[in-house]
Amino acid sequence: MNKPEVKLVDENGVRLDGRKLDELRPIKMDVGVLDKADGSAYIEHGKNRIMAAVYGPREAHPKHIALADRAVIKCRYHMAPFSVEERKSPAPSRRELELSKVIREALENSVMSEAYPRTSIDIFIEILQSDGGSRCAGIAAASLALADAGVPLKEIVAACAVCKIDGKIALDPSDIEDKQGDADLPIAFMPKSGVITLLQMDGSLTEQEFNQALDMGITACKKISEIQVEALKRKYISVKEQAEERHEAQEAKA
Amino acid sequence: MSTTPQQPPIGKIEQKGIIDLLAKGLRIDERKLTDYRDLKIETGLIQKANGSAMVNLGKTKVMTGIKIELGTPFPDTPNQGVLTVNAELVPFASPAFEPGPPSEGAIELARVVDRGIRESKAIGLEALCVKPKKHVVIIFVDVYVLDHDGNLIDAASISALAALLTSKMKRYEMDGEEVHTGDELVPLPVLNEPVAITTAKIEGSMILDPCLEEELVMSSRLTVTTDRDSNICAMQKGGLGTFTDQEVRQAVKTAIEKGKEIRETIRGAAAGR
Repeated sequence: MNKPEVKLVDENGVRLDGRKLDELRPIKMDVGVLDKADGSAYIEHGKNRIMAAVYGPREAHPKHIALADRAVIKCRYHMAPFSVEERKSPAPSRRELELSKVIREALENSVMSEAYPRTSIDIFIEILQSDGGSRCAGIAAASLALADAGVPLKEIVAACAVCKIDGKIALDPSDIEDKQGDADLPIAFMPKSGVITLLQMDGSLTEQEFNQALDMGITACKKISEIQVEALKRKYISVKEQAEERHEAQEAKA
Repeated sequence: MSTTPQQPPIGKIEQKGIIDLLAKGLRIDERKLTDYRDLKIETGLIQKANGSAMVNLGKTKVMTGIKIELGTPFPDTPNQGVLTVNAELVPFASPAFEPGPPSEGAIELARVVDRGIRESKAIGLEALCVKPKKHVVIIFVDVYVLDHDGNLIDAASISALAALLTSKMKRYEMDGEEVHTGDELVPLPVLNEPVAITTAKIEGSMILDPCLEEELVMSSRLTVTTDRDSNICAMQKGGLGTFTDQEVRQAVKTAIEKGKEIRETIRGAAAGR
């Protein structure tokens, strides 16, 4: 490497951004942030700023992609040109094409697609600002957008990455930890069913380190799942309050 | 957009046959659950390439050719050679393949093979710098799928490694401001030996090296790439299904064990070249 390597973890096990090894970055989620889309969600996870939107179930297009016994699911993971340090061409890169595929596969299992044969459910993920773990944050947001669109789900999919930095397994890598770290392990997980729906890895891990990292990632996914459920509840409560206000206003008029 | 693939062209009866057999611990081609198919590796078939390997994994046939050229480095890595992996799903390899820009399957295949080579540091890219910012050696790894009978990832990663291990390159040196290209050929420095092992899950059974029929029935697959020290250097889950954490740990264990065996086979095929 050409750049001088920064020490990512100090002797007390504290990371550059002050986190402990098993600590998540701050996460904020909002559901129903867009008007036109059938479902949408916004997530801030560390410096990640990601918007996800869902259209559908709607008529499959082109028609020949439709399946007779279930809905097809389409997925696009895309990074905005301004989302990274140096401008990224808006044309989809090979990385984005691969991620679109694995994210679709990570979400498909949660969707009860049999309920909508011959239709298409389209998932769009836009990375407005990219930090470490953007595919995981994108999955978390997209799963919320699916729920917001009213698509029947077995459960919400949570996702989080684990990394190895300065020889230690650590949760939820930031940008620099992702780039300079020794390994990156993104995981998507459905907590109630207890199943993994996305698993990728690059870097170098021993079997023991991998097992430790997997445990850490699954625990974190359970926490993220709670934040997702909270965000969804907030949306429903706000809808309910709005309806009640309207009702009261009408009664006052009468 | 990545789209749910069309339903597999496999009959319900055949699907049921595969699943029923697996319930008894048997497979349609009489293998055990953790058996690999016959692996045949032939190197050096393409004289015009810097290295090449034809791999037959059962009836799956994958060839990799290595081309090594002089080029310019990426601006963010001025002191490193360049490694690019590309995969071509040749249209005659399967009725499902069509000519045209690479499909997401081809991109995934190339990127998983790339990840194994890159992350295990199999190629010493620093040693391939001739003059920083100006001239570096570029290694093109082109994976050619010729016959698709399942488990392309493993076959491709085996053929890529065998081709790299047997690659020879010219010596490039700076002669004043010019690059001097020597006549004698030297082996490409290969520093590690990543091997990808794929486990498929069909109705709760975990099987190694799925053939095409098994792939059409599987719910998901997990590829684990290990290096010569049995460290994990790349992973990729594929398919619409899921894995429990126990299944993942089991697949990792199997990949480490099987990886050792396959690595020996590749070494044998590459020896003396």
